[in-house]
Amino acid sequence: MADTLRDASAAPPRLPRVDWVAAAPFVALACLLVFGAFVSPSFLSLGNLANVLTRSAFIAIIGVGATFVIASGGIDLSVGSMAAFVASVMILFMNTELGGGGVGTLALGMLLAAGVGSMCGLLNGLVTTVGRIEPFITTLGTMGIFRALTIWLANGGSIAMKSQDLRTLYRPVYFGSVGGVPLPIALILAITAVGAFVLYKTAFGRHLLAVGSSEDVARYSGIPINRVRTVAYVVQGLCVAVAVMVYVPRLGAATATTGLLWELQAITAVVVGGTALRGGVGRVWGTLCGALLLEIVGNIMVLSSFVSEYLIGAVQGTIIIVAMLVQRSLSNRNRA
Amino acid sequence: MTVGATADAVSIERHNPAPVLEARGLAMQFGPVEVLTDIGLELRSGEVHAVIGENGAGKSTLMKLLSGYLAPTRGAIHLNGATVAFRGPVDAEQRGIVLVHQEILLAPDLTVAQNIFMGRELRHGLVLDDRAMNRLAAGAVERLGAAIDPRQTVARLSIAQRQLVQIARALAGRPRVIVLDEPTASLTPHETEALLNIIGELKRDGVAVLYISHRLPEVAAIADVVTVLRDGKHVATLPGGTLTPLDMAHLMVGRDMARLFPPRATPPEATPLLCVKDLSVPGASSDIAFTLRPGEILGFAGLIGAGRTETFEGLLGLRPAQGRVTLAGRATWFRSVRDSLAAGLVYLSEDRKGKGLLLAKPLAVNLTLAALHRFCRGILVSRTREAKGLEDAIARFDIRARRRTMLAGQLSGGNQQKLLLAKMMLREPRVVVIDEPTRGIDIGTKEQIYRLLAELAAAGKAVVVISSEMGELIGLCHRILVMRAGRIVGELAGEAMTERNIAVLATGADVHTSAVAVGA
Repeated sequence: MADTLRDASAAPPRLPRVDWVAAAPFVALACLLVFGAFVSPSFLSLGNLANVLTRSAFIAIIGVGATFVIASGGIDLSVGSMAAFVASVMILFMNTELGGGGVGTLALGMLLAAGVGSMCGLLNGLVTTVGRIEPFITTLGTMGIFRALTIWLANGGSIAMKSQDLRTLYRPVYFGSVGGVPLPIALILAITAVGAFVLYKTAFGRHLLAVGSSEDVARYSGIPINRVRTVAYVVQGLCVAVAVMVYVPRLGAATATTGLLWELQAITAVVVGGTALRGGVGRVWGTLCGALLLEIVGNIMVLSSFVSEYLIGAVQGTIIIVAMLVQRSLSNRNRA
Repeated sequence: MTVGATADAVSIERHNPAPVLEARGLAMQFGPVEVLTDIGLELRSGEVHAVIGENGAGKSTLMKLLSGYLAPTRGAIHLNGATVAFRGPVDAEQRGIVLVHQEILLAPDLTVAQNIFMGRELRHGLVLDDRAMNRLAAGAVERLGAAIDPRQTVARLSIAQRQLVQIARALAGRPRVIVLDEPTASLTPHETEALLNIIGELKRDGVAVLYISHRLPEVAAIADVVTVLRDGKHVATLPGGTLTPLDMAHLMVGRDMARLFPPRATPPEATPLLCVKDLSVPGASSDIAFTLRPGEILGFAGLIGAGRTETFEGLLGLRPAQGRVTLAGRATWFRSVRDSLAAGLVYLSEDRKGKGLLLAKPLAVNLTLAALHRFCRGILVSRTREAKGLEDAIARFDIRARRRTMLAGQLSGGNQQKLLLAKMMLREPRVVVIDEPTRGIDIGTKEQIYRLLAELAAAGKAVVVISSEMGELIGLCHRILVMRAGRIVGELAGEAMTERNIAVLATGADVHTSAVAVGA
């Protein structure tokens, strides 16, 4: 704080004292909270807020991975389908009750989910880097593949967890809480914190931002570009797997529509959070903020009667465009 | 003649006293850097006005101001006596001023004719009249002394042919003022001659020609008026006929060239560190062979497109290549830039902004990028070590940064080069390859860069300098290898290192005499 104040007096006026591009999503979130409180007295109740946070868990967790991929200069459209696929495989495995049908099965199922998610990410990464195919096209392809595999595994219907005991055992992962904090919320915070740590504090994170910032500079600096990019997709796959681990106990089933449009929501959260689609910048906490914004807007629309809740998609679409316009004008002002 | 004395008060006799295009007090600022200060210039019909100056003197910026690509920070442009503010290059073009870029700005997938008529296509109603455009394009190209099929796609043309297409495109609009930015940089002597003839014709047609070139003999041959810029400032405007290339060189540099370079250490006698044989880079060079000793500065000269950069990118694993390499007596081959970095070879790209530095990232991030492991504790990047590293680099390489938190893109070109040098030196290399080390750098910083390179050599590193500035190679290197069309065509050392010898080898002909012959 003291630093900020000193800079304010000493720095030439061309420099932004506060990085408004980074701060904007948080300011927007704060405004929305205030707005929500006016709209409905029940909005700021702990129960409602916890509910909103919990429901944002899937997009927030997937968004952390998406931040990595986008910051590295890529894009992953397959995350929604991948989530459905990973969920299907995980449930099918748990239905075999290998590992004793109790905690053992659950643990093995989660391990399997993490493995399948990583492999899906690895596939995206290798096709993009070694196969030199645009990530948009690669993941458009795998999006179709994962979705079709899910429908095929489900025989066109749904895949449900058969064992009631296992369901009861697994339920707390979505519905339970530790020390009063719902587990999904704790998980969001943990994953975001780990993501921020890796991206900002480790050599891998630095390399990833360099690759996204300029592939040429990274290559001429001896950074293993393909490896860095591939790992970003693997991180994305892992995040999808973690989201699935939280998703499965919620409904205990996967269907053809599981994870539908999650890729767009994840990308929206990342972009609204201040990460540039062109790569080179990653704002992990901003992404969390973006995911919350999306969920809260929906929540306010449900609580209030201003706008039909059928228009949630339109409002979210508006948010992403407005967020981009604000970012553009803020960064232009910073540059001028 | 003594140039300094006559620089200010020159009266140049003119047939047509009213200038077509006039610049008054033009200034241009990029961020904090003023690249042009109070430039005045008068351009008359039927006159060739040459603008000369070193790289970074502000010539290209001035051209862009006069042709509507940039808007000046201060000052005014007058066209036929009236003040104009161009809304863009198209606006300038409609007013009869056209710039032919040094870089090729053509759509590679379109044909020659399509490029020449881009934006002013001929039509029969709604339908394009390709036949007429092809016919006219063929004529326009022929007029330049070239035989290029107008239906050929530009991607299949050589660089020189593309340059001619660009000039044909500019002339097709029948401009009153044509600005040529280094038009002969990639042309052969024959093509150069043809172009100079065209300029003579344009002159007779009453077109005003603004001509920028590094090739001083050319300037001496065709310019009616010469304006000299140095470090963004107007130095002199003189009648062309009275100036020799040597006079111009003195005006451009503003001091004795010899003092720019550190004293040359005696050529080392050590055993070669790097031996390259039979190196070929597909599409760029072949049969490259040379040796490099520790403590030696080896120069690579040649025209743009001679394959120098590509050769070294191939050698260092940045593009596909074949060949035999021996490093410190052991046979080796670099499959990727990681291999060559690990072996102690670093390459500083000529494209500092595109391949050297992350312009949008802070100085410390750039500095440590190629050697991040040295700034890590475990898996963590240590900010304190990075800050310390930046302080060391700033002190050792004299990087002028107003704040430590600046972005690399906010540094001047010279300081960017010093930062890049500092970055690559963190790899503690044995061989340093530096490509166009002083392109776009002011003269004071040039001197520093030369000194730093000499120090590296004195410290036992082997240094390769690739440069298009012959003066810098001659002043700095122990030996110079000259490349032409992808091959090494000669080696010069000692007294034989002269601009003339380099030019003869680089072009395969005597440019000097041909240019003079044309102008006569």
